[in-house]
Amino acid sequence: MVEETKTMRGLDAIRLAIEEEMERDESVFIMGEDIGKFGGCFFVTEGLLEKFGPERVRDTPISENAILGCAIGAAMAGMRPIAEIMFADFLTVCMEMIVNQAAKASYMYGGQISVPVTIRVPFGTGIMGAAQHSQSFESWFMHVPGLKVILPSEASDFKGLMKTAVRDDDPVIFFENKRAYYLTGDVPLDKDFKIPFGQARIFTEGDDVTLVATGAMVQESMIAATKLTEENIHCEVIDPRTLVPLDKKTILASVEKTGKLIIVDEGCKTCSVSAEIAAIVVEEGFQYLKKEIIRINTPDVPIPYSPKLEKKIIPNAKLIQEKIKKLI
Amino acid sequence: MNGGELPKELSSDELINIYKKMLLIRKFEQRITKDFGKIKSPLVHTYTGEEAIAVGACMAINEDDYITSTHRGHGHFIAKGGDVNSLMAEIYGKEGGICKGRGGSMHVADFSKSMLGANGIVGAGPPLALGVALASKMRNEGKVVLTFFGDGAANQGMLHESMNLAAAWKLPVIFILENNMYGWSTPFHAATAIKDFSIRAQGYGMKGFTIDGNDVIEVYKTIKEAVDIARNGGGPTLIECKTYRWQGQTIMDPDKYRSPEEKEEWKNRCPIKAYKTRLIRGEIIDKVMIQEIEEMTLVKIDESFKFAKENKNPDPSTVLDNVYKKPIKYGGN
Repeated sequence: MVEETKTMRGLDAIRLAIEEEMERDESVFIMGEDIGKFGGCFFVTEGLLEKFGPERVRDTPISENAILGCAIGAAMAGMRPIAEIMFADFLTVCMEMIVNQAAKASYMYGGQISVPVTIRVPFGTGIMGAAQHSQSFESWFMHVPGLKVILPSEASDFKGLMKTAVRDDDPVIFFENKRAYYLTGDVPLDKDFKIPFGQARIFTEGDDVTLVATGAMVQESMIAATKLTEENIHCEVIDPRTLVPLDKKTILASVEKTGKLIIVDEGCKTCSVSAEIAAIVVEEGFQYLKKEIIRINTPDVPIPYSPKLEKKIIPNAKLIQEKIKKLI
Repeated sequence: MNGGELPKELSSDELINIYKKMLLIRKFEQRITKDFGKIKSPLVHTYTGEEAIAVGACMAINEDDYITSTHRGHGHFIAKGGDVNSLMAEIYGKEGGICKGRGGSMHVADFSKSMLGANGIVGAGPPLALGVALASKMRNEGKVVLTFFGDGAANQGMLHESMNLAAAWKLPVIFILENNMYGWSTPFHAATAIKDFSIRAQGYGMKGFTIDGNDVIEVYKTIKEAVDIARNGGGPTLIECKTYRWQGQTIMDPDKYRSPEEKEEWKNRCPIKAYKTRLIRGEIIDKVMIQEIEEMTLVKIDESFKFAKENKNPDPSTVLDNVYKKPIKYGGN
């Protein structure tokens, strides 16, 4: 049987997943700032209000702690809420609810409850958002036991992982890369299409170098990898897709094969996702490494407004290509 | 004030139960204080002096209604019907504790009793209460949520967000502000320009009351009224209960910032003593019964201590349990 798919953008795939889950399970509802009539800042939730009504598609005041407190409390009471925080940058004002409440409840209450909440957060650069609307905070949340941290880069992954997130019993923070919103892909229409957490995706196979990338950096890495095949350099591009749990096995197996590792990550370099992955490979796969590990990150600087400046600091295909050639 | 008529809708048994619960909380906290050296954690906050609020409030709700608590949560736990043995064992960090020794004093919770947890973060309970109330509303369950917090939490931004949202969405939440006059060492009048927090209610579009938090019947009656409104879709109410923390902020606090005269004055307004007098005057109990209740309470506390003492420590090999519903493989684990 051929799987039925439809070509759509990343953001449409997320909407489809939410819509299907809301149809399937009455305890699923969505809340956030301007997600109703307006359809959400990036129009991910467009049309959901008309379909499900204001009880299940809830516009909230601009009160991030109340939004998340409300979602987490509802999850404790047996609902499966999806809460949208309009920009990842606004997570700073509601860290309390994520870090001290959602992530801790199962453990500190001795396993009496779980908190099946999904927190959706658009993140990353590319819209001239400047310092407070462009950041990549995903590594912060990897440091908080109790959270699952999901970061897809492609439309079908958005759908499959969103559906898993909604059905998962633990708190999930779901990072949605703004640039990946607008990339199209073939998305399965199967209403039970789910992708398990902790399973990396190999975008392309190769023997020369392992490229681990997340979010918008996956596409940049793919452009670089495709270009380099002309020079007979074969990269293996891996998107972990879920940062917690992290599929170390796939990364380590690839490094065993290639002996070389480059990690491409849109977050600032210090204490980043790339830092964690590099540490894991050094700790658990040191014997496979033939060369030093290369990390390609945004430098430790606030994101500037001017596109010329932003372009200067965000890793791109050209830079990745250069780094690969230098390493090989 | 503490001394009016006893409410007719409460039976003698119910009136006596109120007394028993307040006394149980008092004796529990006294025992914890006495055994401070054995507990070892300095972060144990007692509810001594404030018993009328938790007990009066929980008397006004049904068993399946919810409460959220504070870092000073033993009283709320007991008032909501939590088991004293598992509470004591939790404070001693034992496996038989209500949270299997993972939470301790600041995180005691009994979800089977709809007691959604003490909380170590000042002001973090009310945002969670919103969600529980919303779930009840969306499922048409008619359940209400009492969310307890202190005068310190009243000045947290989270409270502002919560009261606003609860009012805007007419959620069945009752905000119970336990004004015990101090946020650790800072008197509330030094942290706040207003005398009564309840005037803030109007700014959110809800009713607000300031009452004597040491009068268990006044607490019960006021909260009952708010509960009836909330249950019928009328939305939230703010109730400020004026009270006093008899002991320091935690059991290690030398408490030098408050005068002995001030403490004495409040001890003279003991909620349990005042209520006892009313019960005697109303011929609900007599001296013999008082003596019996006192003895039974002490036996219960002794038993809980024995339970905690004899209970085993958690097995260190289980330290990673319950971080997630099912264990995941990642990093250091």
